Amino acid sequence: MYAPRLPRLGTEPAWRDAARRLAAVRPADIDWGWEDADAAFFADPLPEAPTDLTVPKAFPGLVRPLLSERSGRGFALAHALLHRLQAQRGLLSSRADSDVAEAQRIAKEIRRDIHKMHAFLRFREVDAPGPRRAFAAWFEPDHRIEEATADFFVNRFGDMDWRIVTPEVTVTYRDGALDLVATDSLRPEAEDPLEQLWTTYYSNIFNPARLKVDAMRAEMPKKYWRNLPEARAIPDLIAGARAATLKMQQAGPTQPAPQSLRRPARPEPEPAMPDTSPDLFGAPDLPTLAREVEGCTRCPLHAPATQVVFGEGPAAARVMIVGEQPGDREDIAGRPFVGPAGQLFDEVAQAAGLDRGDCYVTNAVKHFKFVQKGKRRIHQKPATSEVNACNWWLGQELRAVDPALVVAMGATALHALTGKGAGLLKRRGGVERTKDGRPVLVTVHPSYLLRLPDPEARARETEAFRRDLARIPDLLAA
Amino acid sequence: MAKMTIQDKLALLSDAAKYDASCASSGTSKRGSRDGTGLGSTTGSGICHAYAPDGRCISLLKILMTNYCVYDCAYCVNRASSNVLRARFTVDEVVWLTTEFYRRNYIEGLFLSSGIIKSSDYTMEEMVRIAEKLRAGGFRGYVHLKTIPEASPELIERAGLVADRLSINVELPTDASVRSLAPEKDPVGIRKAMGKVRLTKEDYAERSFTGRRRAKFAPAGQSTQMIVGADAADDATILGNASRLYGAYGLKRVYYSAFSPIPDSSAVLPLIDPPLMREHRLYQADWLLRFYDFELGEIVTRDAGGMLDLDVDPKLAWALANRDRFPVDVNRAEKAMLLRVPGFGTKIVDRILKARRQGALGLEDIRRMGGRVKAARAFVTAKGHHPSGALDAADLRARFVKPKQMELF
Repeated sequence: MYAPRLPRLGTEPAWRDAARRLAAVRPADIDWGWEDADAAFFADPLPEAPTDLTVPKAFPGLVRPLLSERSGRGFALAHALLHRLQAQRGLLSSRADSDVAEAQRIAKEIRRDIHKMHAFLRFREVDAPGPRRAFAAWFEPDHRIEEATADFFVNRFGDMDWRIVTPEVTVTYRDGALDLVATDSLRPEAEDPLEQLWTTYYSNIFNPARLKVDAMRAEMPKKYWRNLPEARAIPDLIAGARAATLKMQQAGPTQPAPQSLRRPARPEPEPAMPDTSPDLFGAPDLPTLAREVEGCTRCPLHAPATQVVFGEGPAAARVMIVGEQPGDREDIAGRPFVGPAGQLFDEVAQAAGLDRGDCYVTNAVKHFKFVQKGKRRIHQKPATSEVNACNWWLGQELRAVDPALVVAMGATALHALTGKGAGLLKRRGGVERTKDGRPVLVTVHPSYLLRLPDPEARARETEAFRRDLARIPDLLAA
Repeated sequence: MAKMTIQDKLALLSDAAKYDASCASSGTSKRGSRDGTGLGSTTGSGICHAYAPDGRCISLLKILMTNYCVYDCAYCVNRASSNVLRARFTVDEVVWLTTEFYRRNYIEGLFLSSGIIKSSDYTMEEMVRIAEKLRAGGFRGYVHLKTIPEASPELIERAGLVADRLSINVELPTDASVRSLAPEKDPVGIRKAMGKVRLTKEDYAERSFTGRRRAKFAPAGQSTQMIVGADAADDATILGNASRLYGAYGLKRVYYSAFSPIPDSSAVLPLIDPPLMREHRLYQADWLLRFYDFELGEIVTRDAGGMLDLDVDPKLAWALANRDRFPVDVNRAEKAMLLRVPGFGTKIVDRILKARRQGALGLEDIRRMGGRVKAARAFVTAKGHHPSGALDAADLRARFVKPKQMELF
């Protein structure tokens, strides 16, 4: 019979040493216990530890909390797992095993105790001997978790001196040095003036119309209340809650505060169609269009989108580039061609000797069309009706910019500009006419290149796209 | 009027802040102060330091900088036309309260919101100054700043560099309700601002050519809140709007806040008791959409008028309406179907998948792992268990519905 007795502090290394020596011994032949609690009567000296003892990765994490268990049952359970692991390596993943389930249950209870100590411990300021401010706290944990919790407070309250006193252990942190002493203490009577302010906060953040006392007590059981300064307010808050709510409801609406009636009315938003348009029958200029398009509800796409994405570029641009519709990033940024396809376009355009800053870039459809898939927004091709609804804006842009050449990227743009979108790959590279007679260079949309899975095909198509764009200066000169 | 003490102000400005549901302090970058040069640390999951009798966690000092406001939102106690007493904290007062509360282990940090005074930019800058001063003083706890939608991008950027989380409330489920109940707020502007936060965060996350990150921008992400029960929007609309918000702006959380009576109310909104059960069901449905691969159309159906069932949780409601998909064999079924079993959460499902490799599981094994067997038993087969007739029983639903308790008065 072996009877290892573990110390109140330094428990974990002591258990590890004993458990290594006893790994091969049947759990029934060991009587585990605490040094201070129960003396051992018939104890054999522990054997030497084997040199080749290994444990799975998950083992230390599961066992560490068990060693804080107050009754000493945790030691035995931790050892039983170690012993059985030698023959059954996969044991820990089987939550249905009764030892594993029991260990998980106790570990969970200890972790909760640790968590509640982090949460419900309250410091009070005390006189400081040195330049650092000093605080003290009293806490009554269920289990022997002082060692397990000390580091949390070291990491959190690094710039002050503090002392945490429990019935069995005093933890002192002074000038950056931590010290634990196992000594019996009694609950001190102490106050801190801040406790009144804290209770004020606690009472006012409570919403009496939502009284749920059971929910509170499930998370903050009554056993903690006597060491929580704010808990003294709880009975009155509960007792007055229903009356407070009824009072609010019965009081009913009040007259508006007089000063609020005197405050200046907020300026009306800009009218949708400003009457300062330079020429009533001419084309509105781009800033006017950009302002008007914001309120557009010509098709249902405006509802789920963040914002309208209008074209941008110099009003005197000679080239107008038309894509399909804004994507996820354009919808968020409010600017066209800033997402992955836009970046690819910028790269290829630069390689083709085209400066995006000289072009007016826009889309056939001004709102992002998508379907929600879990957390992602997946691009959807706009319907003909949506392209047609937005065509009014594209027409206004064409009239305002009056470009010498339009570039249609992809079938949707081609459809919007020429009225026919079919057969894009056969028509690409050609120059067609818009409905109002402007030359349109037909090419693919850069997102088509991004979707090609085969790197070779992608390189070939990107090169073809570059050649299309490189023709622009010649077409302008013609 | 006599000068207000800090206690008067705290009472007023925390009372005004309680309608914001969020009190989370989780998911931010790891920090600590063991080097002795500062105060505070952050943990992965956050800590609730107290619970109020409304059952809600108190993790942060949640206050308004001021409850003066130029807006007149009908549902808000601080609207311009309300007769409440007004107050304003100074920068130093907020910094002092936050650090003194923190030193006593009352809180994880600060959640600062504000009424809008003078202009959006002025208000935002004052709030940012408070957070900057806290950080400059060595404070490493959690900071959550409410963002004013119309504030300039520079101020939002400054806010994100000192705060762990930013939030902008969409306020109400539909644009039309925002326009009618919060006439000065612009729903499009709110969405644009959330987009701005997402883009700025993405920009900061990109590594420079030297492989270094520029700085941490709002490491705990952004969240939002909408009030439930103040307008006529149904649950389908609310959840649809929420999932769009998650998708478009990468939100960490959408909070639903049951509209509850406020003192000094406006004539526009009736002061009913807050629809707490509806709020609870919305959170459950939100979870199913985000972590259980449910589609919106499965949870809220046209048959039910686009509303969630208040008597049973949405997963159970789905299971009851789709009994042909059951029973599910816990020892064979794939993950997606196990996740649809009432009583099985994501953790339990992972444990089942791992444990069943070691041998077939019975109901008792699943109970030991933490599964709610009572809810699941009619919907699963396991070693030694078959629901047989239970699944088809006409009163299956009734077994899960708690009898209504009589009101005491």
